[in-house]
Amino acid sequence: MAATKKTNSELLFNGILLENPIFRLALSMCPAVGLTTSIKNGLLLGTAVLFVQVFSSCTIAAIKNFIHPRIRIPTYTLTIATWVTVIDLVLAAYVPEAYKQVGLFVKLIVAFAIITMRLEMFACKNTVTSSFFDGVGMGIGFMVGMVTIGFVRELLGAGTLLGYDVLGFKPLLFFVLPAAGFFCVGIMMAMFNYIEVVFNRSKERKS
Amino acid sequence: MSTLMKRSILLSIWLVSIFLASLPVCGHAAENSFAKKTDFKDNRTIVIEFAGAVDEEWATSPANFKVNEKQNPDVLLPVEKVELSPDKKTVLIRFGEDIDLRAAHVVSMTPVSSEGKNMGPAILDVKKSYFGYLFSILIGAMLINNYVFTKYLGLCVFIGTSRKKDTAVGMGITFTIVMVVSAMISWFLYQYVLKPYRLDYLQVVVFIGLVSLTVQAVDTVLRKVNPALFKAFGVYLVLVIANCVIIAVPLTLASNEYNAFESFMLALGAGGGFLLALFLMSASRERLELANVPPTFRGLPIAFVATGLFALAFMGFSGMAIF
Repeated sequence: MAATKKTNSELLFNGILLENPIFRLALSMCPAVGLTTSIKNGLLLGTAVLFVQVFSSCTIAAIKNFIHPRIRIPTYTLTIATWVTVIDLVLAAYVPEAYKQVGLFVKLIVAFAIITMRLEMFACKNTVTSSFFDGVGMGIGFMVGMVTIGFVRELLGAGTLLGYDVLGFKPLLFFVLPAAGFFCVGIMMAMFNYIEVVFNRSKERKS
Repeated sequence: MSTLMKRSILLSIWLVSIFLASLPVCGHAAENSFAKKTDFKDNRTIVIEFAGAVDEEWATSPANFKVNEKQNPDVLLPVEKVELSPDKKTVLIRFGEDIDLRAAHVVSMTPVSSEGKNMGPAILDVKKSYFGYLFSILIGAMLINNYVFTKYLGLCVFIGTSRKKDTAVGMGITFTIVMVVSAMISWFLYQYVLKPYRLDYLQVVVFIGLVSLTVQAVDTVLRKVNPALFKAFGVYLVLVIANCVIIAVPLTLASNEYNAFESFMLALGAGGGFLLALFLMSASRERLELANVPPTFRGLPIAFVATGLFALAFMGFSGMAIF
């Protein structure tokens, strides 16, 4: 078991930028495409994922020594399912209106690859504290990704932000269409790649 | 590997056709020989065809038609108005509210008057064939509400395994088998254990546990029974758990209260739709490998844009109604 040597702030930063779940690792694409027609949806699901990620990371990190290696995947799945049930019931009770729109996806968090992957790669090898910060970083990274796509699609598609009319007209109705989610994600990934290429080029020039 | 695939595809087609043949095929019965055909037109309209022209005065008065569901003869459905076609042979009964197309309806009419003659009263059954309804669930899950292109589920596995046609077909078939088995078990468990004991809130935990168990069981059985098949499909089994569709279908079944046949068709449609999506995507991605794509778009981004085009094409199916 090789515990990580990164500091807590590095772990946080890692999840948000360097290993952003949506744009860099390309995991959990389903909600990134299906639910990002508005910022609000992105925020809500992002919160749910943050909650589940942090709590299941901590749980697994705390009980990692009691898990037999052969049944570790079912253990992860059931841990995640438990926390998903908790947040599902909480959201259904406190924000019923918004929950109606994202309802199915909250239950589907249980099958999101990102959470299982972080448990397998990180939480089962590290302490509770660093797992907590890793979970927070990944959760916020996911939320940032969702909100960014939601921002672009809501602004271009409906001309609003968070439900408030900012543009006064609808530039490209195409972007709120379901199929546009794929285009939006694809183009934004290409943009991230382009930034990386430019960054590397300028680095080479300096050296 | 390809002969194995062909054999398993053939086997599954046989199973489905046997299943379909065993279903009762229902038609409609008219008790008055003057009325030829009855059918639903849309959610609010019933069509009745007569053998000859009927009188406009009789046909356009809503009081002459009484419609109720076969199960509740006491509840009369509100007939808003009755229209007669120009050739006076077809009558459209319009309702003020949506009617349940799945239930059988009974239309009772006062004595039909045709060109001044009395053709006698009529009581007609109107129902859709159950077979057609099941078929529409299958096609609906496969094309109209394709889980990948119109519901955006299962994208991780979809993008991950659609690089080659062989992999895509293998994944699709494995997924369909696991999907059908686990959906049927979870339907049974939900209807007979979770619901009677009011444990609905355990849905997620139970369903995901069931899926892992099914995957493990299929893995063990296949390894012993057919090692060659296991070699071909075994690697995809683990990936099935990471697919959102596999948990979305039991949840849909639970919230829609489908019965066993309907659940089977939905699971089969979801699996078949995933297979179709994987096959289409892998075919186009094999071409993309050879195409001259800008470096920043290479790999995932262009795959997403291509998926977007497929999704646009599949939007054309939306609103389609069969039977």
